Amino acid sequence: MRPQEAAEFAFCLRGARFRWPGQERDILDIPFFSAGPGERIFISGPSGSGKSTLLSLIAGILCPSAGEVSVNGRCLSALTGAERDIFRGEHIGFIFQQFNLIPYLSILDNVLLPCRFSPERRGKAEKQAGSAPLAAQNLLEQLDLPSPLWKRQVTRLSVGQQQRVAAARALIGGPAMIMADEPTSSLDADHRKVFLRLLLEECRAAGSTLLFVSHDHSLAEEFSVTVKLAELNRAACPEENRGAP
Amino acid sequence: MTRWTYLLTLAGRSAWNRRGTLLFVVFSITLSTTLLLGLERIRTQLRESFVQAVSGTDLVVGARGGNIQLMLYAVFHLGGATNNMSWDSAREIAGRAEVAWTIPVSLGDSHRGYPVVGTTGDFFEHYRFRGGTRLALARGTPFAELFDVVIGSEVAKNLGYNPGQSLVLAHGSSGSLLTEHGDKPFTVTGVLAPTGTPADRSLYISLEAMEAIHLDWQGGAPLPGLRISPELAKKFDLEPKNITALLVGLKKRGQVFALQREINSWKKEALTGVMPGVAMDQIWNMVNSGERALLLISTLVTITGLAGLASAILASLGERRRELAVLRSVGARPLDIVILLACEGILLVGAGIVCGLAALAALVASLGPALADSYGVAVRLSAPSAGEWLILGGICLAGFLTSLIPALRAYRMSLADGLCHII
Repeated sequence: MRPQEAAEFAFCLRGARFRWPGQERDILDIPFFSAGPGERIFISGPSGSGKSTLLSLIAGILCPSAGEVSVNGRCLSALTGAERDIFRGEHIGFIFQQFNLIPYLSILDNVLLPCRFSPERRGKAEKQAGSAPLAAQNLLEQLDLPSPLWKRQVTRLSVGQQQRVAAARALIGGPAMIMADEPTSSLDADHRKVFLRLLLEECRAAGSTLLFVSHDHSLAEEFSVTVKLAELNRAACPEENRGAP
Repeated sequence: MTRWTYLLTLAGRSAWNRRGTLLFVVFSITLSTTLLLGLERIRTQLRESFVQAVSGTDLVVGARGGNIQLMLYAVFHLGGATNNMSWDSAREIAGRAEVAWTIPVSLGDSHRGYPVVGTTGDFFEHYRFRGGTRLALARGTPFAELFDVVIGSEVAKNLGYNPGQSLVLAHGSSGSLLTEHGDKPFTVTGVLAPTGTPADRSLYISLEAMEAIHLDWQGGAPLPGLRISPELAKKFDLEPKNITALLVGLKKRGQVFALQREINSWKKEALTGVMPGVAMDQIWNMVNSGERALLLISTLVTITGLAGLASAILASLGERRRELAVLRSVGARPLDIVILLACEGILLVGAGIVCGLAALAALVASLGPALADSYGVAVRLSAPSAGEWLILGGICLAGFLTSLIPALRAYRMSLADGLCHII
């Protein structure tokens, strides 16, 4: 990769292909897909179309069978597994569909988890708020989780509240990229909008690139880039292409 | 907080969250620890009280025969001596310059199954057991009159005897059809304090009394037509002709080998001199084969406990897949997952060991006195001995190695899964 590309892209896939072991054909074959820093990308596609696999490739959890994936200017395949783990901890925050939280940790401890494992994230959180717990508290308040809730066990929070705690955890220490995998699918329509609005605000404040995967097209209008995976993916079945409007 | 201590706290909190299931794992390790340590403690105390049933005695002398046999009747008052040694030889040995004291032992009679030992006042003066403890009288005084008897604590307790009571000795050491020395009753003058040695189960009379009750006997039976009353017996020359064995204490321990050599080549009769420590060890090793079986069983119990540990953690991995994947997503490396799981195992083993030690202490405190009472085994409350530390270390190490099994499984799992389980 040429050095000037480092600043250009939050992430970039070139000729990236992936095939699960034992499968006959590739699930992903993406000639080119990139996004600039701070962009808000909405990726849609039916389940089983390889959305999660795409996220795993960009997160460096899976390695492409061919081609290259770079994040924040770093070519992931040039890193060892341990280096990718560290890189991921530093630069990517995750929000999953559900059950994001560690049940035996307090809300605050759940939010602080990335700071425990990544000194860089902790350093950034301290720089932002003075201390990591303060950064966590600020985020929780901004995500509409006031302090009376913090003492509550995470398992006794509503699903919407849990997802907002997960968002705070993904955002703490301002990682370069937030990956959200169907984070709103377990929320009802009203909460969906509220959650998305809060998430977008915080990503903008932190300057993080947001990679948002969903099959709910009603959310797409809030994003700067909307991508149908089937259009990116040469390996997609023809039916998938047809099915996509 | 460093990464390691954080992982340890995390492991602790996670385990606490699943305490319902893990309680049983801790319980089985507690059980293993208590069993292994308890057994070790009883074993060492048993050995100690056995081997130290006689202490301070440098040489046990008797008629030529097996070392172990000599010890059995001289110290444990078990079995009949096939040969006696002469009183002359005993006096000659007692008179030697290097000899500090001697205790004669004369066997042959019993009282309701308990052996009767003929000896002298030196027995109360010089006999030592368990690291040099002296015999003490719980009640009464040593024998003074001819037909006085001092009884061991167990004899007194089981037969309900007190000083002042009179009793009759029987000829021979076992069997129910023993002829009694009914014409010469003895008076209990003293009861020995419990010692945890064969002295608890014995009755002690003077050598002269031993002679006196056999005055009108010949070859193991009363002479027909001859009756010598107790009063008349006192007028006879009651110096013994023979004794069964002689316990010898030296002024300097270093002289024991020379004296032993001399006794083993005694001119006037065939004698054997045995150093008690060596012989007691030999006897112990003969009777303790059960010890190894017990050790084997408790080792198996420990292995079962640790297998329970491994299987409990392995079983929990399924339900913790997501938890581990979430940790990976926030930056935990696969190595961190290994450490997390190993920490959990170590915490559980640690908790088990602490509970085991507490349970052992509680058991010793509550059952110790009863053990000492009924078996003469003094199991004391004390800090773990070197052997016990070794066992604890062994359990820790085995626990650590065992918890590596689920840890490595989790390692492979988190490498293979990555975040795919949740993404």
